[in-house]
Amino acid sequence: MPRKDDWGLVHRVVLRPEERTASIPEETKKVPFEMWVKGRLKTDAELGQEVTVVTRTGREVRGTLVEVNPTYTHSFGDFVPEILTIGDTVRQMLFGGPADAS
Amino acid sequence: MHPDSYQAVLSRKAEIMKAAVGMDFAQFESGSIAFDYEGMLAATGYSLEDVIEIQRGFSVGNTPLLELRNLTELARKLAPPGKGARIFVKDEAANPSGSFKVRRAATSVHHARRQGYPGVVTATSGNYGAAVASCCAMAGLRCIVIQECYDSRRTGQPEIIEKARKCEALGAEVVQLSVGPELFYTFLRTLEETGYFNASLYTAYGIVGIETLGYEIARQFRERLGRDPDAVVCTNAGGGNLTGTARGLLKAGCQAQVIAASVNLKGLHMASDTSFNRKSFTTGHTGFGMPFSTWPDRSDVPRSAARPLRYMDRYVTVNQGEVFYMTEVLASLEGLEKGPAGNTSLAAAFALAQEMDRDQCLVVQETEYTGAGKHLNAQLSFARRNGIEVRFGDPEEEVPGQSIILPEHPRQIRARKVDLDHMRRSLIRNSLASVDHPPTEADLEFLAQETRTDKKFVMEAL
Repeated sequence: MPRKDDWGLVHRVVLRPEERTASIPEETKKVPFEMWVKGRLKTDAELGQEVTVVTRTGREVRGTLVEVNPTYTHSFGDFVPEILTIGDTVRQMLFGGPADAS
Repeated sequence: MHPDSYQAVLSRKAEIMKAAVGMDFAQFESGSIAFDYEGMLAATGYSLEDVIEIQRGFSVGNTPLLELRNLTELARKLAPPGKGARIFVKDEAANPSGSFKVRRAATSVHHARRQGYPGVVTATSGNYGAAVASCCAMAGLRCIVIQECYDSRRTGQPEIIEKARKCEALGAEVVQLSVGPELFYTFLRTLEETGYFNASLYTAYGIVGIETLGYEIARQFRERLGRDPDAVVCTNAGGGNLTGTARGLLKAGCQAQVIAASVNLKGLHMASDTSFNRKSFTTGHTGFGMPFSTWPDRSDVPRSAARPLRYMDRYVTVNQGEVFYMTEVLASLEGLEKGPAGNTSLAAAFALAQEMDRDQCLVVQETEYTGAGKHLNAQLSFARRNGIEVRFGDPEEEVPGQSIILPEHPRQIRARKVDLDHMRRSLIRNSLASVDHPPTEADLEFLAQETRTDKKFVMEAL
């Protein structure tokens, strides 16, 4: 169970679709304007529960607890073979040697 | 009306900004279209020498000027006889936060500290967040970065996610939002709640910070080659990069041509939830470059100090596939692995060098750091996963949001001309629409300065 002072990610809806500004495309107007903020839990809590967190700047933000100890999983993605071909092509043009067939 | 409601908060915009920037923008206003632009920049109270000193205090600036010899050689192989200018790059990734943006941040954070603000807020999904976070870390100030980050499926651009990580690594609080201009509402509420300084990209503090970049280019060129560069290519989005660089060049007495370059994202709406993840560049693109050039005061301060049409000699666009291609060429031929967005001006420069004489020199004025998320492999892979077609072909076939076409041959890389007079007329029309009376004599003069034209051009545009 997530404990007081654990590092958590909270989510809240800032503006419901009907509260959004008029000057946006239809597809954006259909969805809420949302926010995600990280901070230390003020109390013990359960995932999915409405909680208050204290952020790195000391602000208190309320929202639904969606993750505890959130981390980053972004990466270099799946291998993109075209990148090798680019390198081979220009190296061959300048320095000679074997080139990719394309 | 509830005081926290969207309308109520936006109606307090002027007073929130006044408190958060510590500058009363009303003092520069004429009551019409014209305002005192130079007066606003001078009101920072920081001379170029002061800014150099402030940046030295944050270990910012004096980045290396590198000659791209192999890239020049490749351009010369493709150019007509006698053509192929020498290409140089200012390696701004060598700055503490990994991009030129820290020049802007240093002056703002210094000013915030001097004025006694306990912290700084900035609204950016770009390198500027890490730049402000880096300076705040050094200054001992608190820092909040507000990002437009996710679409409604909570899918985020890998590049923006990486920038959030870097901001957090440097001690900042990151507020991540879904797509939409209502970011400005959250931004205003955060400024009001915290009483922090607004380190906007568009205040005079930010712009005077970039002047050192243009100034350094001129100084380094003279030291090394005993002459000035013939052209400087600037990636153009919000306009501050170009404005500050051009002003710095002028302060050094350098008459180099200033060329703007943006990635062509024609047809993609910037506030669209569904288009958000169909673009592979989060900045440096026409989606910012065009509207901010032709209406600078759409920014997050009442009057933007970034007014690129005042300084632009030419404006060109390049395609996404061409920029990715050149990012790999830079790694393969020059041994420099850099982030793709910063290479927008590089792709343009590669094409522009082929139009220039061999004894001429042109400078690409930035690079940016690269890493997980913020790498051409990450970007191309993300595009492919989002249904964007990625393939070799003729770059002219690229349709933003549908395809990324990598050139089959480097000779296909082109810098496509943007009609500057058309943009100038747009700016004049937008300015006119902002008031409910005919332009005054002072307005006409102001608009001539805004567009680097004369009163005759302004009158004709009207």
